[in-house]
Amino acid sequence: MTETTHSGEIAKLKEHVKPDGIWIGVYRRFIRHPIGMIGFFLVAVLIFVGIFGKQLAPYDPNLDMDFAARFSGPTIEHPLGTDNNGRDTLSRILYGAEVSLKVAIIAVTLATIIGTPLGMIAGYGPRVVDEVIMRFMDVLFAFPAILLAIAVLAILGRGVENAMIAIGIVYIPIFARIARGEVLSVKNEEFVEVARALGASDAGILIRHILPNILAPIIVEISLSLSFAILAEAALSFFGLGTQPPDPSWGRMLDEGRDYFRQSLWMGMMPGLAIMLTVMGFNFLGDGLRDALDPKTR
Amino acid sequence: MNYSYLLQRIALAILVIWGVSIAVFAIVQLVPGDPARVVLGVQADAERVEAMRERMGLNRPVLEQYTDWFTGVLRGDFGNSLITAQPVAPQLWNRFVPTLQLAIASLIIGLLIAFPLGIISALYPRSAIDVIASIISQVGVSIPDFWLGIMLVILFSLTLGWLPPGGYTPINENPLDWLSHIILPALTAGLISGSIQTRFIRSAMLEVLNENYIRTAHAKGLDRLTVLRRHALQNAMITIITIIGLQMTALFSAVVVVEIVFAFPGLGKLSLDAVLDRDYPMLQGTVLVMATIVTVINLVVDMLYFFLDPRIEYA
Repeated sequence: MTETTHSGEIAKLKEHVKPDGIWIGVYRRFIRHPIGMIGFFLVAVLIFVGIFGKQLAPYDPNLDMDFAARFSGPTIEHPLGTDNNGRDTLSRILYGAEVSLKVAIIAVTLATIIGTPLGMIAGYGPRVVDEVIMRFMDVLFAFPAILLAIAVLAILGRGVENAMIAIGIVYIPIFARIARGEVLSVKNEEFVEVARALGASDAGILIRHILPNILAPIIVEISLSLSFAILAEAALSFFGLGTQPPDPSWGRMLDEGRDYFRQSLWMGMMPGLAIMLTVMGFNFLGDGLRDALDPKTR
Repeated sequence: MNYSYLLQRIALAILVIWGVSIAVFAIVQLVPGDPARVVLGVQADAERVEAMRERMGLNRPVLEQYTDWFTGVLRGDFGNSLITAQPVAPQLWNRFVPTLQLAIASLIIGLLIAFPLGIISALYPRSAIDVIASIISQVGVSIPDFWLGIMLVILFSLTLGWLPPGGYTPINENPLDWLSHIILPALTAGLISGSIQTRFIRSAMLEVLNENYIRTAHAKGLDRLTVLRRHALQNAMITIITIIGLQMTALFSAVVVVEIVFAFPGLGKLSLDAVLDRDYPMLQGTVLVMATIVTVINLVVDMLYFFLDPRIEYA
């Protein structure tokens, strides 16, 4: 083989590693996916509210107490009603969006940046490393998710920051399993062998060649995990282990609403709806991304 | 049949449970600062803290603490509660039975929802019923279990007055009372797990219905029901059982939440109470028992899978 054809082959293989226009195809498939677009819209609203909720809120979530309007249903002054202290439910939900979003993003980021490399190393490295990492993940998997989060909070203590860490730990094994499975399916592909033949180091192969090829299922899992993280944060705050009073969090608002549902159904209904729409948004977005990233699974 | 796979699988389950025991033991060791002070609070004097350290066995080397605790657990001794000073084991057993009943009831309700919905949607894809089933399962997956529980209490207990809002009666004391107390919590966890399973059963059935042997069965002139029962369902069962197995951890997670909402005296409620009371031996006991249940169920499901499909060779 001459030098020119050799470099031509390499160029072709490099093209295989980084196919141009793949993301354009994904984008086109995604915008034609109605469920995915509904999810995208719901998530976009949540992100907007999470960032600008404080500016949008008509009242202070804790200090503005309208005692004359306690337990009110939706009115012009209070579109989503008020709670037992006459605080505006809409304002508390808008403030609570920031907490939910922040906890979910930090927890899932933690799970992704720890779980994915662990899974990649397990899938790519020698058998003994794989066994050690994955048996450790099996142990974490043996705990029902919320119970593991409760146990971690028993160690770290209550509070919203610790809830983020607890939820993050729960999702580490999920990312590890996905990453490992994907690495196993691509590690013997031609482009990896070519990279190795060209003298790339193991770390270089993992980061520059394998990671871009296993990103699709990880992106889908990120979206789905965000929905579970929102639910988990709400559950932990509902139990009194997450966000502490008087800070508004959707789970806490639900817990407060539970004590007063004889006086007002709205108090517990509204935060529940907010959680449901958000979770639905991330689930729909995840479904849309899965179909757009891997049209075969449709 | 390759029985060495079974032995390997059992050995793995034992290894996982042992790993779980180390993680559970580490709960106390990982508490920042002095666990004895955490239990008693910052105002406790040094003498009381020292007495508590002695009681919790914290003054001994860690390895000795673990060996004592673990051999105790193997003998059925989970230590004493820090709050009541009573042994933890009898409490765990009292709570284990209601939790298991609730989990089984939730699983049955979930399957009663998922099987008909999943199969009908697979038989008539893109029909109205398929769309409705898909909406139900999407809502079910997204709805917070604790919120659904509260809404069901408001509807069935406070508005209609049909069922109690919480609590529990043992089945041997009064079966009817037991049933009335278990319906709402089981419905809450069951509706959610049912909606997740509907999606899986639908896709498992769809895959099988597109196989050649189903077409052959139809061509032979078999009626639709026989094809569904004898050919499609039987083959889809392998996938479905695996999925149900994978869902067990999620089901137990839902059971923990539901127990707390309904003040249902099971292991989940006990674990939260133990965290709030900082009763570490009780927490360790509940978490260890729950994780062991989940591991054993996963093992049983894997074995079922092995016997259902003996063609599969495991590496």
